Amino acid sequence: MRTERAAEMVRGPSGVLMLRSFGSVLRRDITVTGKDPVAFLAQVLLQPVLFLFVFGRLLTGLGYLSGGYASLLFPGLVALTATVTAIQASAFHLVAEFGWTREIEDRLLAPLPLWAVAAEKVVFAAIQALVAAAVMFPIGIGVLGSVPYRAAGLGLLAGVLGLGSLVGACIGLTIGTFVPPTKISLGFALIFTPLLFTSATQYPWPLLTHLRWFQVLTAANPITYVSEGMRATLAPAIPHIPGWVCLLTLTGSLVLFATIGMIGFRRCAID
Amino acid sequence: MEVRELVKRYRKARADAVDRLSFAVAEGEIFGLLGPNGAGKSTTVGVLTTRVRPTGGRALVAGVDVVAAPRTVRGLLGVVPQRNNLDRSLSVRQNLLFHAAYHGVPPRVRRPRAEALLEQFALTDRADDKPDLFSGGQNQRMMIARALMHDPRVLFLDEPTTGLDPAARLFVWDRVRELRAAGVTIVLTTHDMDEAATLADRVGIVDAGRLLALDTPAALTRRLTTGAAVGEASLEDVFLHLTGTALR
Repeated sequence: MRTERAAEMVRGPSGVLMLRSFGSVLRRDITVTGKDPVAFLAQVLLQPVLFLFVFGRLLTGLGYLSGGYASLLFPGLVALTATVTAIQASAFHLVAEFGWTREIEDRLLAPLPLWAVAAEKVVFAAIQALVAAAVMFPIGIGVLGSVPYRAAGLGLLAGVLGLGSLVGACIGLTIGTFVPPTKISLGFALIFTPLLFTSATQYPWPLLTHLRWFQVLTAANPITYVSEGMRATLAPAIPHIPGWVCLLTLTGSLVLFATIGMIGFRRCAID
Repeated sequence: MEVRELVKRYRKARADAVDRLSFAVAEGEIFGLLGPNGAGKSTTVGVLTTRVRPTGGRALVAGVDVVAAPRTVRGLLGVVPQRNNLDRSLSVRQNLLFHAAYHGVPPRVRRPRAEALLEQFALTDRADDKPDLFSGGQNQRMMIARALMHDPRVLFLDEPTTGLDPAARLFVWDRVRELRAAGVTIVLTTHDMDEAATLADRVGIVDAGRLLALDTPAALTRRLTTGAAVGEASLEDVFLHLTGTALR
């Protein structure tokens, strides 16, 4: 019996235990957020819905923007909703749990590797982002009457949205672990506003050639590749960055931010 | 459990928080780490519970190296921290059940265990409440109950009765004694002399990261009584004799 116990200790917790533990941590977050779905949806959808209404319907209806602008805007807004939801979900949770409530400590003491605790935050934020993006489609139909959609582009849509949500969650992981809790309001103001307006959400990136510096700046924002990838799949008639370039760039961004975010998470979790 | 020549120096710190600390705790023992604020008690517990990476030396929990196999160690220990870290989004019962689930305890085991611990810690009536408005004593009872949900072999209690009223303190002490009777090894940090003298089988007095004395409370006080003319010495006298009276 003692020998078995000793062998078990040397071997460490099994992969099955790790998966079960990871699933329980994820179930905790889903349980807590699922208790108030209306609050979650209101929090993530209010801004994009108003954007859609004012720019996609009101201004086009008044004749200040052409009718086709809604087709350009909608894919960008779905991209922005997904990535911003993911960034906020992981960053806010981490700042609160490491800085104020310390609730994460109980999970850090579970028999899980640290990277798995961080990965759970990323996966949960990405799930929230995908739900928010999916809800944008019926809302878009309600506000605009119809939204651009192509069954042929479903594979690219899944790839771009999936990668975009994960990249957003890893940017959130980076912000949530590197920005001190006392500076988080300032951090969000300084990070979100530039991210929002340099993300090619409201304009197609290839047409920025007349404003080269802004085009270069926009190319540095990972959300640009989500917006452009969404246009490639939903409205390919609008000039866009090729889908494969978007997927490749998003994969690179994911590796970069996952690495930086993990370094930050480790710094917060272990002294 | 064993700590050998443990050293911890935090980044940008001028001195070691823990300076070549060595001690061993026998299975089923209550071991008290006594010291003033900033003595290195919490850092030592942090290393043993895998949340602080040591700069040097070794620390073993149930024979397992905390640096080499942190996941295994985390499965063997329970931690009751100094500051409340209960999950405020979950009810008392859910706090216990999710904690057990994180440790891979199957539902058929964790459900009856949660009910038994709720009963033992007088929390059954509040089981469906969230801990937001709980008193310090209720929070502490809840954190101890939570730490026991995965049946740990070693329990760390960091300042377990600081800020509690006398009744709540006695309640916690009784539960700690019950755990010792059940064979759980307990490490408690405290700066409460009564607590150390009453609960601990052996006490290690630390200051500035160093171990100044290590013995049973009775042997420590006897040594001072015979060594100096202080009459009947208390553990507090021993503590002040070793660490000084200066405020820090």
